[in-house]
Amino acid sequence: MKLNVNGQALAANVPGDMPLLWVLRDHLNLTGTKYGCGIGQCGACTVHLDGAPVRACLTPAAEAVGKKVLTIEGAADTPRGRAVQAAWEKLNVVQCGYCQSGQIMSAIALIESNPVPTELDIDAAMAGNICRCATYQRIRAAILEAAAAPRG
Amino acid sequence: MQTKPITATAPAGVAHQPLPHESAPLHVSGGATYIDDIAEAAGTLHAALGLSERAHARLVGLDLSAVRAAPGVRDVIVAADIPGENDCGPIVHDDPILADGCVQYLGQPIFAVIADSHAEARRAARLARVDYEDLPATLTPQQAHREQSYVLPPLRLTRGDAQAALQAAPFRLRGEFYVGGQEQFYLEGQISYALPQEGGAMHLWCSTQHPTEMQQVLAHALNLPAHAITVAVRRLGGGFGGKESQSALFAAVAAIAAQRLQKPVKLRLDRDDDMLITGKRHCFHYDYEAAYDSTGRILALRVVMVTRAGFSADLSGPVATRAMCHVDNAYYLSDVDIRAFCGKTNTQSNTAFRGFGGPQGAILIEHVIDSIARSLGRDPLDLRKLNYYGAPPRDVTPYGQRVEDNVIAQITADLEKSSDYEARRAQAVEFNRASPILKKGLAFTPVKFGISFNVAHYNQAGALVHVYTDGSVLVNHGGCEMGQGLHTKVAQVVAAELGLPLARVRATSTDTSKIANTSATAASTGADLNGMAAQQAAARVRARLAEFTAARYGGTPQQVYFADDCVSVGGQRFAFADIVQQAYQARVQLWADGFYATPKLHWDKKALQGHPFYYYAYGAAVSEVLVDTLTGEWKLLRADLLHDAGNSINPAIDLGQVEGGFIQGMGWLTLEELWWNEAGRLMTHSPSTYKIPAVHDCPADFRVRLFPNRNVENTVLRSKAVGEPPLLLAFSVFFALRDAIASLAEQRINPPLDAPATPEAIMRAVAAVRMAAI
Repeated sequence: MKLNVNGQALAANVPGDMPLLWVLRDHLNLTGTKYGCGIGQCGACTVHLDGAPVRACLTPAAEAVGKKVLTIEGAADTPRGRAVQAAWEKLNVVQCGYCQSGQIMSAIALIESNPVPTELDIDAAMAGNICRCATYQRIRAAILEAAAAPRG
Repeated sequence: MQTKPITATAPAGVAHQPLPHESAPLHVSGGATYIDDIAEAAGTLHAALGLSERAHARLVGLDLSAVRAAPGVRDVIVAADIPGENDCGPIVHDDPILADGCVQYLGQPIFAVIADSHAEARRAARLARVDYEDLPATLTPQQAHREQSYVLPPLRLTRGDAQAALQAAPFRLRGEFYVGGQEQFYLEGQISYALPQEGGAMHLWCSTQHPTEMQQVLAHALNLPAHAITVAVRRLGGGFGGKESQSALFAAVAAIAAQRLQKPVKLRLDRDDDMLITGKRHCFHYDYEAAYDSTGRILALRVVMVTRAGFSADLSGPVATRAMCHVDNAYYLSDVDIRAFCGKTNTQSNTAFRGFGGPQGAILIEHVIDSIARSLGRDPLDLRKLNYYGAPPRDVTPYGQRVEDNVIAQITADLEKSSDYEARRAQAVEFNRASPILKKGLAFTPVKFGISFNVAHYNQAGALVHVYTDGSVLVNHGGCEMGQGLHTKVAQVVAAELGLPLARVRATSTDTSKIANTSATAASTGADLNGMAAQQAAARVRARLAEFTAARYGGTPQQVYFADDCVSVGGQRFAFADIVQQAYQARVQLWADGFYATPKLHWDKKALQGHPFYYYAYGAAVSEVLVDTLTGEWKLLRADLLHDAGNSINPAIDLGQVEGGFIQGMGWLTLEELWWNEAGRLMTHSPSTYKIPAVHDCPADFRVRLFPNRNVENTVLRSKAVGEPPLLLAFSVFFALRDAIASLAEQRINPPLDAPATPEAIMRAVAAVRMAAI
């Protein structure tokens, strides 16, 4: 199976129904994407398929063929991705960090599709990414900060 | 321990600054390594567990032939295969690693499958044929209490004569209250990765808050001396108490399998298995009677607390003790009779969870005060202030400790003003008068939380500080980084002691081969204990460098000054790295150990009297909610939190703990409901049915501040522990909900609202208030 991950053409010898999460983690050694629940309810495994956020634990690898997969390891490849990462660092969002790859990927997808999100937009877009440390207050602030950041 | 001249020598740039978490750049780029991210060694096998399908039964037949024959399976392990002790209980030895002869809860591991892949192991684990002979199951703590079935002997804490005071009192209030349990829901589930070493030794990577206990459990299970076991962890994807004792079962299974097969074995739990197997926060049922006078002053309190311990003792004893030591919260209670019963139930063995019984103890007295206020037609805040600890003799806790650092009155005055409590109370009354369906509620609740492990000997810690010849510094200590920013704080302490920028200092994995005999990273004590040990280690190196510098460049060691990455004496200034290099060549020891034991502590665990806490942390919160009394849905409109972290080592990190603790506590008291069916099966065993707070549950208006303070005790940099106490700030949300419901009857009726205050629970309370008001 040939996949385009973070702009790189990669090959993995996996069955088409293997969840993308395990292809990324176990076969492509991209461990930034995390397993949280395996049923698409926690958001820790969020990656982008052609720019849209998906739960990698529920996405069969075959569905990613022919699409651009973006993971947390490639988040810094775009200006908006870098802006989100910078805002996350500046506002000290992270506590344990385990859910944050997913949070950041959802945040980037939100800002890509809605460059000036309101707090309500943020709540709607981020509702599927849970954080047990409850860093939500700072996640909201960091998304607003990243959206307001100059592009470049 | 003597006072260190830290403020005289430390640059302001490191201590007390809101510096980023040491792993922040890794966290945001996917580069932070958790256990499952460690590159697997060649030949790594994967384990899965076969779980009991019954709550209480004899195991009369176990046919594992289909499991063994399944694709990829290398081995199957049952209790009889454990070379040493089949136990992973932290205190009492009543916690089998694998069930032997009988199962005591639905979800209890019976066997382990080891296979080439994780998926093969999990599929094979489903193929067992288990024959059960059912035994009577006890599924609720109330049932256990009726049967007088407990995991530990009942506990009783008394002072004065509560019975006499109750009989003599002008007013009495009798009631019941219930607060549910809570799943830790660490996003990184339980995981252990065992790698056999030469000569029979074992190395274990484990997501745990207690590497030393894992080491001990493995030593007993594998029949090895402790020195043959190394347990390490760089960071946890959340712990919250759930990985204090309960990481042990998985650590043991991985290690037993690795020892048998002489192959690396990883056990990473599926989320549902994790929730079915592991214990949670204890639910509490309270039956109480309080006496009070016409002003609302409490004269006596009698309470019987019954908690769901689960099938084994685990940490239920210490949890119940902490609950009893927090029934007072911030209030002076002259005559008390507090009893606690740890009900033995055929459910998961409940364990530590942020607060460790403290929240469950303290919420009872808040419920009592809230109820008395309504009975007297007073604002609950007035009664809270009236009953606060104060001047002698109203400054001694029921367990005999004097409250010497009380700042609750100052915090209350500050927050009452900054939250505009009085005006908003009037506005809520006004709003409710005009709004028949949507009701506003407001509540102010205080927190006083005791800091230290109740068991005195746990209050010790060690650290190592290595200064390398390039001037870079490595610190290793016994605490685990689980998101609370412990490694950042400890690195700050070391950097401050040596006058270095934070970038010079790196904290490394917690590792039993570096610091021996560590305590759990728990009870909020991580920074207090390990920070002090690391400070002492750094101070030792600094003293040697000062002596060397003075000898070589003149002056006395006391005149040598460490700041801004430099060492100065008598008007001369040298780069820290240069002095280090010179000292190395002069054969000065550039590394040191540090050790800390918290002073002043003593505790009589039979009488439940003594000085169990080094000091107290304080805080208060005001929450305002809007409740839809037709649906039970509600919204937290605004929350104002003011919390005492002493002289905070890192305000950015501490504020994060306050924000997160509050939201997590709100989840416990409002959203999160554990529900077992009649067979004893936990039905809320995944995030599809067990809901923790999400972003939209947080208030749009969230005002969080640290109370400017300085620990009166000589803690590290005069800071205070901050991990657990803010969880109790969420009481304000629960009592704001109760306030909103009570507004249906102009606050004349106490709503029978239990926690979690789910929409269903709110609707029941609404209906009860409406009925009573007719």
